[in-house]
Amino acid sequence: MKSSTLPSPAKTGGPALEVEGLCVDLRTPSGTVRAVDGVGFSVRKGRTLALLGESGCGKSMTALSIAGLLDPTAEVTGGSVKVAGTDVLRLGRAGRRKLAGPVLSIVFQDALTALNPVQPVGRQLAEPFRIHRGLSRRDAREKAVELMTRVGIPEPRLRARAYPHQFSGGMRQRLLIAMAVALDPDVLIADEPTTALDVTVQAQIMRLLRDLQTERDMALVLITHDLAVVAQRADDVVVMYAGNVVETGPVAEVFSRPRHPYTKGLLDSVPEHAVRGRPLPAVPGSPPELSAVPSGCVFQARCPLAGQRCAGERPPLLSVGAARSAACHFSEELDRV
Amino acid sequence: MTSFLRKRIVSSAIPLVFVVLGVFCLARLTGNPVDLYLPLSATAQQRAEFSAAHGFDDSIPAQLWDYLTNAAQLDFGTSLRTGESAGSMVLKAFPVTLQLAGMTMLLAILGALLVGSLAAYRPNSVIDRIAGLLSMTAASIPDFWFAIVGVLVFGVGLDWLPTSGTLGGPEIWVLPIATLLIRPFGVLVQVVRGSMVGALSAPYVKVARSKGADPKRVVFGHALRNSITPVLTVAGDLTVGLVNGAVVVETIFGWPGIGKLMIDSILQRDFAVLQAAVLLTAVTIFALNILVDVCHALIDPRVRQAVPA
Amino acid sequence: MTDPAADSADRSSGAAAAPPRTRPPRWWLLLGRDRAAAVAAVILAVVFLVALFGRLFIGDRAVRQDLRASLRPPSLDHGFYGLLGTDVLGRSVLARLVDAAGTTLSVAVPAVLCSLLIGSALGLWAGYHGGLRENVAMRVADVILSFPSLLIAVVVLYVFAPSAMNIVLILAIARVPVYLRTARAESAELRSRLFVDAARTFGTPSRNIIIRHILPIALPTLLTVATLDFCFVMLTESSLSFLGIGIQPPDVSWGLMVAQGRQYLQTAWWIAVLPGVAIVLTTVSATVLAAWVRLATDPAQRWRLTLPRKRRGDRAAVPSEMIA
Repeated sequence: MKSSTLPSPAKTGGPALEVEGLCVDLRTPSGTVRAVDGVGFSVRKGRTLALLGESGCGKSMTALSIAGLLDPTAEVTGGSVKVAGTDVLRLGRAGRRKLAGPVLSIVFQDALTALNPVQPVGRQLAEPFRIHRGLSRRDAREKAVELMTRVGIPEPRLRARAYPHQFSGGMRQRLLIAMAVALDPDVLIADEPTTALDVTVQAQIMRLLRDLQTERDMALVLITHDLAVVAQRADDVVVMYAGNVVETGPVAEVFSRPRHPYTKGLLDSVPEHAVRGRPLPAVPGSPPELSAVPSGCVFQARCPLAGQRCAGERPPLLSVGAARSAACHFSEELDRV
Repeated sequence: MTSFLRKRIVSSAIPLVFVVLGVFCLARLTGNPVDLYLPLSATAQQRAEFSAAHGFDDSIPAQLWDYLTNAAQLDFGTSLRTGESAGSMVLKAFPVTLQLAGMTMLLAILGALLVGSLAAYRPNSVIDRIAGLLSMTAASIPDFWFAIVGVLVFGVGLDWLPTSGTLGGPEIWVLPIATLLIRPFGVLVQVVRGSMVGALSAPYVKVARSKGADPKRVVFGHALRNSITPVLTVAGDLTVGLVNGAVVVETIFGWPGIGKLMIDSILQRDFAVLQAAVLLTAVTIFALNILVDVCHALIDPRVRQAVPA
Repeated sequence: MTDPAADSADRSSGAAAAPPRTRPPRWWLLLGRDRAAAVAAVILAVVFLVALFGRLFIGDRAVRQDLRASLRPPSLDHGFYGLLGTDVLGRSVLARLVDAAGTTLSVAVPAVLCSLLIGSALGLWAGYHGGLRENVAMRVADVILSFPSLLIAVVVLYVFAPSAMNIVLILAIARVPVYLRTARAESAELRSRLFVDAARTFGTPSRNIIIRHILPIALPTLLTVATLDFCFVMLTESSLSFLGIGIQPPDVSWGLMVAQGRQYLQTAWWIAVLPGVAIVLTTVSATVLAAWVRLATDPAQRWRLTLPRKRRGDRAAVPSEMIA
């Protein structure tokens, strides 16, 4: 069904999504700041990559610039985003629209505002089929009902005529996911898909995402601040701090032997690791304002290992083992601390 | 939907009741109502006769009852100027104003939707800045001044358009409608632009774009219907305000509408006609408010469900 | 990305809590950057100065008749006061404009101030307490608003004499609901905020909470509304005067000047056109300035003022269709 001009990653064997040196500038009342600074990663089909970081670290901004949905205050100023081998940043508007849906898709976090309040959900779900496959109203509606059945919405034929405000939070998130996977995209970005939900519903939604991913062989980019979700769900992890990637690698290895003091600090602050009677360890301080990111290492102000070198020289993201890299001058010494 | 409508009618009727009672009280509380109805030169005997004929010497509740039953039958007494029934004078003038106002609002809303959407689509662009300045100017030009400058330029100077009157082809509509149009148009452009900018930056628009929707689909399929609610509300308020404009425009261009009727009856102290015109205007506004509410409900499913306070 | 929580925190905590770096640029610098708003501010300042002090300079020139100088067109030949021509009685149009500025503003400003004070006080009170008080206040506002202001004025001025005092009163009453609605909305939204709850737990009386915690946050919005409303009040006053039921001769307002000049429209256009220009300049300036103030005091919108004049055009990275 997909346009024949688009190379299929399955044939080329390369990564479904490959981001390199992505930079995003953000205009604020007090001047332009760099919100995303040289972020890079890649995901293959069927794999899950987690973008992990505190709020404001640039992970959502990264997602929006990949999807081409940045606010007018933000601007991509460098890097490349290759989807199935094509750099989408160099595509025109029309070319980009052609990819949006069948190749690259995104699930937003707040399902109430992400659904159009004045349209029946069935029509919103049918929209991808109308836009990209040119289906008739009736056929598109059938597809929408199928999708609703697939994501577990009871009485789909009846509910297709309902409006978003008549659904619960979990159901709305299911609808949003259904819309995103409607055209079997190669890459699915999920921007904190469970943040607004109850814990029990969170688990259901994560399970749905996993099932859909396996079933449709998608590359999944999971944006989250939840360490548990990363540990359970992701194959690889990219840890972001103040717009920079500080560590990447397979989740199991990164979590068992972190090579960046920030990753280590995050892991130590999980309650499971706490010792009774001692205060829960936490990373001291707070992330720098984007307008005041230090010239050396971005993490220096909160780092227990910070030295002279960290103030003057920003550590590059260097390989620290098979498929792993970290941006720290002292990543080798981290184990001994 | 019917219960929604019933509730809206009840709550919209409150202002109507106030206006009806207000006119009654105003005529009674400011001294002798006979002073209001009769010309200043009336003799004492004329006053006494008039007072007896209209029951102004009855008790206040009895007068209120008379007033209400007469108003319900559209009987507002006779005009001092023409001797005609005040109710029929008002009903004759009403369609003229209604045509003028209806045409104006239709053009204002359509024009504002077009210009406002264009401006909102690229905020801070040249189009946006020009539309912004133009609409602000339009919203703050005094209509009477615009009308006489229009007459001066197009009627007297260029001799393209008639300066007044209701006889002739479509050209007689141009200046009156243009005069009435400027303020609602200016205000509505700003409202459309504002709510459109809001709608276009809403998450569901991002989602629509992530589905590959083109700009036309984004604006007309998703943003427009969401941004039209505040536009409707303001358009309703502006239609109420159009009565202000109608008074001015009909006076300047000599149109025999409600506005001219009101101002004439004020200047010639014809209270019966003024009272009839005010009450009819109030009823029209009441109907208009309900119409706006129904449109709201048709556009937004959440309004249909919500129980109005 | 604007984070609504951060914005509201920014709004409520004020300058004390914010680190000095993120303080917004000084307002006059922002004003200077927006040329239209700066010009509008200057025009308004001039109009107000003329209205306040103009009468000290013109003496009796606004009323002094000189039939030999009747209907002189604007020219440079007859001194400063002949600059804008004369009316049919040979009175200087410039002097009359200055005199009328005083009258026009002496109606508009008190009317706006009265409605601002009454409407805001009632609205903040109703919104803070909610319940029945809120309901009654809103219904009253609905009643007044659902009726054309000119019509209220017309009916009341029919019954009472059209004096400047009465016009101020009518306009003030007609515009109270505008502030009432705005203030109520702000107050109702703020009353559930944590800092108001905190003040309540300390036993702060509700009047103090309204004045110290709610008013400062609602004030910028209310002042913006007042600036916009100033136009509306000015326009209504000139309409009434134009129709002959507003300011009465021998006093003069801009609207009345237009009415008086109307019959000489074909022979002496300047008598009717110039006061209209004065009204347009003043009201447009107020509207432009109000629009700017609204932008400048809204943290979610302030960025628009900091946008560069020209966008870098050649970027394919962010298609301009994404700009919303």
